[in-house]
Amino acid sequence: MSHVSLKNLKKSYDGKTDVLAGINLEIEDGEFVVLVGPSGCGKSTLLRMLSGLEEISGGDLEIDHARVNELPPAQRGIAMVFQSYALYPHMNVYKNMAFGLKIQGAGKDEIDRRIRHAAGILKIDHLLTRLPRELSGGQRQRVAIGRAIVREPKLFLFDEPLSNLDAALRVQTRLEIAKLHRDLNATIVYVTHDQVEAMTLGDKIVVMHDGHIQQAGTPLELYQRPANLFVATFIGSPKMNLLEGVVTNASASGMTVTLAGGQVLSTEVDGTRAAAGDRVTVGIRAEHLWENQDGSERFAGTVNLVEHLGEANYLYVTLTTGHDVVVRGHGDREVGLGDAIRMSAPSAAFHVFDRDGVAFTRLKPGNLRSSKG
Amino acid sequence: MQQKVTRYAGATFTQVILAGYTVLALFPIVLIVINAFKNRAAIFDSPLALPNSESWSLIGFEKAMKNAHFFSFFGNSAIVTVTSLALILFFGAMAAWALSEYKFRGSRWLMAFFAFGIMVPIRLGTVSILKIMVSLDLVNTLTALVLVYVAQGLPLAIMILSEFMQQIPKELKEAARCDGVGEFKIFFQVILPLIRPAVATVAVFTMVPIWNDLWFPLILAPGEETQTITLGVQQFIGQYATDWNAVLASLSLAVLPVLVLYMFFSRQLIRGITAGAVK
Repeated sequence: MSHVSLKNLKKSYDGKTDVLAGINLEIEDGEFVVLVGPSGCGKSTLLRMLSGLEEISGGDLEIDHARVNELPPAQRGIAMVFQSYALYPHMNVYKNMAFGLKIQGAGKDEIDRRIRHAAGILKIDHLLTRLPRELSGGQRQRVAIGRAIVREPKLFLFDEPLSNLDAALRVQTRLEIAKLHRDLNATIVYVTHDQVEAMTLGDKIVVMHDGHIQQAGTPLELYQRPANLFVATFIGSPKMNLLEGVVTNASASGMTVTLAGGQVLSTEVDGTRAAAGDRVTVGIRAEHLWENQDGSERFAGTVNLVEHLGEANYLYVTLTTGHDVVVRGHGDREVGLGDAIRMSAPSAAFHVFDRDGVAFTRLKPGNLRSSKG
Repeated sequence: MQQKVTRYAGATFTQVILAGYTVLALFPIVLIVINAFKNRAAIFDSPLALPNSESWSLIGFEKAMKNAHFFSFFGNSAIVTVTSLALILFFGAMAAWALSEYKFRGSRWLMAFFAFGIMVPIRLGTVSILKIMVSLDLVNTLTALVLVYVAQGLPLAIMILSEFMQQIPKELKEAARCDGVGEFKIFFQVILPLIRPAVATVAVFTMVPIWNDLWFPLILAPGEETQTITLGVQQFIGQYATDWNAVLASLSLAVLPVLVLYMFFSRQLIRGITAGAVK
């Protein structure tokens, strides 16, 4: 059993400016937590503070309800997998995995048993006598994970483990990590800047920005109910379309917004906090803008650019109101540049954010029919 | 086509320069070795000629071997060189690790202090060193030589090794720390094996001047018992008559041990280079 608790965790290098400003987070046993955010948001620093490689400037870090702020890495019961794998180059795979255990004073049979077990799980049995430089990137990654597994830690820490792999291998290894998590029932904290990795792997995603947690929740929560503009634009690809507007009518059951071009939108969000005349930002995802007239809110525009993905294409459209938006269209349909198209979206699909970027609660998130093209 | 020719010409030019330098560097050594195998008359008649059936003679080697102390000179040189080398590499690597890995108060000053040691020739302090050795009662001991050579070799060793240590990825040390490996074990079992080529480089650079040094043996350990080979050879050089056969023969022999050590280290060097970079 392992439970990790971060209480008002702070990091500051010079004692004045906080790189991390009071992080609060609970990690339950067996949970897969993904820390995600743009470069420099403090996610790696936070991970290194969990591992003990980086000093904690303030607050409490508890593992299994015991404060571990001052414990060195080895005594925290953690194992870390690094982006660059960090395998010992002069030791073969077996020795790489055995090194830490030997230092801990584990018996020879015990070491051997654990390594065989881990190698079996990761399918690297046949590589045990090889040196790291004789392995491919994916194999090295497995060995690095194997080295973590043999330690049987309370907490696994992954620091962007897939960044050095090519695209195909990344998808495959991602699946394997997910499977590993299920098989070992391990508690994992995983750092990445890739929101797809975060969405596919995490039980809980923690979106970080500027040293603050922006939002923590399940992948679907973050997608459907982003707490603020940052999370809304960070999660989901392509980026959510944003339209500036002014509230004309707001109530608990909905909000009408007049966009900059004069178009009036009705949205299904809880507008009790808002009053007529407030400036707001309306968000709509590319996949919720349909190339038909099924939705209640309608738009028209011309296509500037088309990206073909095969199963879908992304149309970059300038609306008649002057806004630029991205629309996810049906992949089979041929769309030419300069074509005029008409789109619609249901009023439940809109996100609305106030002037500070804080979201109004959506009344009916999810269950939106996808585009029929 | 044009490009290819230019490149070829460039490569040739480089090779010519290198070959010229090699000839220049090897010439005195070759001269010593070929004349070591000639009789006295032949050395003076035609110093550049190879030994032939007429001029062939091993008299120099015989004389050198007959000298009662010749092998003890060799032994002294070997003891001084190997001990100094071991101490320089050991302490140099440890100091380099401390200076490159740990940031502590005064670490920059310490680094500057060692850099200073490279710039200032240790011979400037000969008089003071002699005074110290006299008061420590270390004159005419090999210990005195070892101490001086260690002091002389450390700065360069530290500079080169810390440069290499900084190139070792940070994650490697961190992975070891996560594995619960102590700092000493990290140094000896992770870092040291990785910088073996650098250690070999330092060894080569440090070893040769120590073996060849005449200055400090002459001043600190000129006694019969403690003479090194370079000093011992001087016995054959007299004020009025010099036994060239013996001098050249002993010098030829004196090259051999360094050559063996060099070959030993250079294999490490090449292995290090071809082993592939640390990912």
